[in-house]
Amino acid sequence: MGNTSWWRLVSLFHYSVASTEKFNLRKIFTSLLYCEVDFEMTDAIETIDLTKQFNGLTAVDKLNIKVEQGEVFGLLGPNGAGKTTTISMLCTILRPTSGTAKVNGYDVVKNANQVRKSIGIVFQDPSIDDRLTGRENLRMHADLYGVPPSEQNAKIDQVLKLVELEARANDIMRTYSGGMRRRLEIARGLIHYPKVLFLDEPTIGLDPQTREHIWSYIQELKHTHEITMVLTTHYMEEADKLSDRVGIIDYGKIIALDTPSKLKEALQGDVVIIKTGEPEKLSAVIAKDLNIQGARVSEGSLELTVPRGKVLLPKIVDVATRHGIAVDAVSVREPSLEDVFIHFTGREIRVEGGSELHGLAAIRRRAIK
Amino acid sequence: MTEIRGFYTLWLREVKRYLRDRVRIVSSFVQPLLWLVIFGTGIGFSLQNLKVSFQQYIFPGIIGQTLLFTSMFMGISVIWDREFGFLKEILVAPISGISIFLGKMFGDSTDAVIQGVLIFFLGLLLGIRLTAVMFLEMLPIMLLTTFGLVSLGLTIASFIENLESFGAIQSFVNLPLFFLSGALFPVNGVYAVSVPNWLRIVSNFNPLTYSVDALRTIVLGGAWRPVYPFYFDLLVICGFDICMIIIGTISFNRRK
Repeated sequence: MGNTSWWRLVSLFHYSVASTEKFNLRKIFTSLLYCEVDFEMTDAIETIDLTKQFNGLTAVDKLNIKVEQGEVFGLLGPNGAGKTTTISMLCTILRPTSGTAKVNGYDVVKNANQVRKSIGIVFQDPSIDDRLTGRENLRMHADLYGVPPSEQNAKIDQVLKLVELEARANDIMRTYSGGMRRRLEIARGLIHYPKVLFLDEPTIGLDPQTREHIWSYIQELKHTHEITMVLTTHYMEEADKLSDRVGIIDYGKIIALDTPSKLKEALQGDVVIIKTGEPEKLSAVIAKDLNIQGARVSEGSLELTVPRGKVLLPKIVDVATRHGIAVDAVSVREPSLEDVFIHFTGREIRVEGGSELHGLAAIRRRAIK
Repeated sequence: MTEIRGFYTLWLREVKRYLRDRVRIVSSFVQPLLWLVIFGTGIGFSLQNLKVSFQQYIFPGIIGQTLLFTSMFMGISVIWDREFGFLKEILVAPISGISIFLGKMFGDSTDAVIQGVLIFFLGLLLGIRLTAVMFLEMLPIMLLTTFGLVSLGLTIASFIENLESFGAIQSFVNLPLFFLSGALFPVNGVYAVSVPNWLRIVSNFNPLTYSVDALRTIVLGGAWRPVYPFYFDLLVICGFDICMIIIGTISFNRRK
């Protein structure tokens, strides 16, 4: 039995409440029973030394991760860290150079077709046919994935409702906004009852409002569907908000993996920010008088990650005053995943490309490499 | 069953896309019209020794040209699909690469044949002597011709990385195949009296030569002596189709 059956119980409970079904004891009992019988419940995803090299350059380096059924797993890292390459291998688009992975128990190299049937993908770049209507795009997908024609209409209506696009379903995709296209792609990924849904940078290039919108769909999905989700992102906030567990990836390697809250706890402290005209001097003073190392100096401010920041703050101000350093402003905040990333990699997440591209440049990005 | 539905849905997509592009359908009349009316009339006056009008003579060639240009364009347009990301959606679908290729190819072929049929009716309007029987005989030849040409387009597209090469196809593939096919003037057979040998030899390697020859045999009938027997044309076209479909399927489904 173990953890998995407990997870099932919790998720089923969640499911029955969220879907406003009556709390069904029998269902839960059967579910537990099912777990008793099904001892070897497999992970949704398991990678075994998964590696991909491009012309001698290692994009993904002996990756070993496990994703449990029903969890939302976030893969967080800067652009070029190997997130999309990893997902592409799990989706059987790319062939691993060495190692392998199992998705829903199927090997991505040996049983590619079985893997494909059991997963849904929302690609980083748009992948809809802009000359077809929303409904036509969905129907084509249903046909490609072998959804029986008798079930197609009901299923298409259901997913359209989920992303609130019923009213626009018969419009040509060209007339859709970027956020609407994204929503349709998420809906499309769900049509064939996938067990695992891959979301590769689901909100890249979208405005903040649309981003929040997409997040709420993903969260709703988590509560209403029994589905495992793997999400890649370089937005800390996104990983934090949506994921049950986060794997931080950099240069093709997982450097930290845990729940967002545990990752933040690992920093053992709060982030203290002091605005001052002499950050270097203050840094040296703090190191000497208070014995606190590792202050991060930047233009006009100083940042520290320390336990019990609120208690320490008055002491810092006191020390600064004694050495004649003027403090302009102070603040204490709980660590974010951004801080976690800096903690593990020693640098900030590189923000580049992606969201800033417009027009033809954005289109060019969409090509499969 | 999944394979057949997958095939069908990809075919449907190509046809829908084509029929929705009204501007392209209308503009595709322009070139054949120019060839038939201006080129056909002009050259016709300087070539008086044919038993039929020069327009009648080049009409099957212009059908062939339409099939060639449309097929290649449709085949190569898969570069757009790749550039705009749509190809990924198809390539990760759990159906076989053969179904994907055939669905796409049949769809594009259907579009090219519709185009050919439209030019057939344009010919009727221009006063070229055509009959319903000719139409029914030409239809399978047109379809068979487009299979190979679309597959050729798809094959080329799977080796081309960017959109810029699009124009190069016109210069390096379309026009040479068109000019060396006997569409506008005899390059082989009894009418090619003073045609140099190299042209004859090269034209033998052009698949379009056989399509134009077959179409001309249908349209001109007894007024003309074909370059090759009709069955031979058909055989070569089918052989080309099979080869290109095999090569196309393999190159289209390469996985990195």
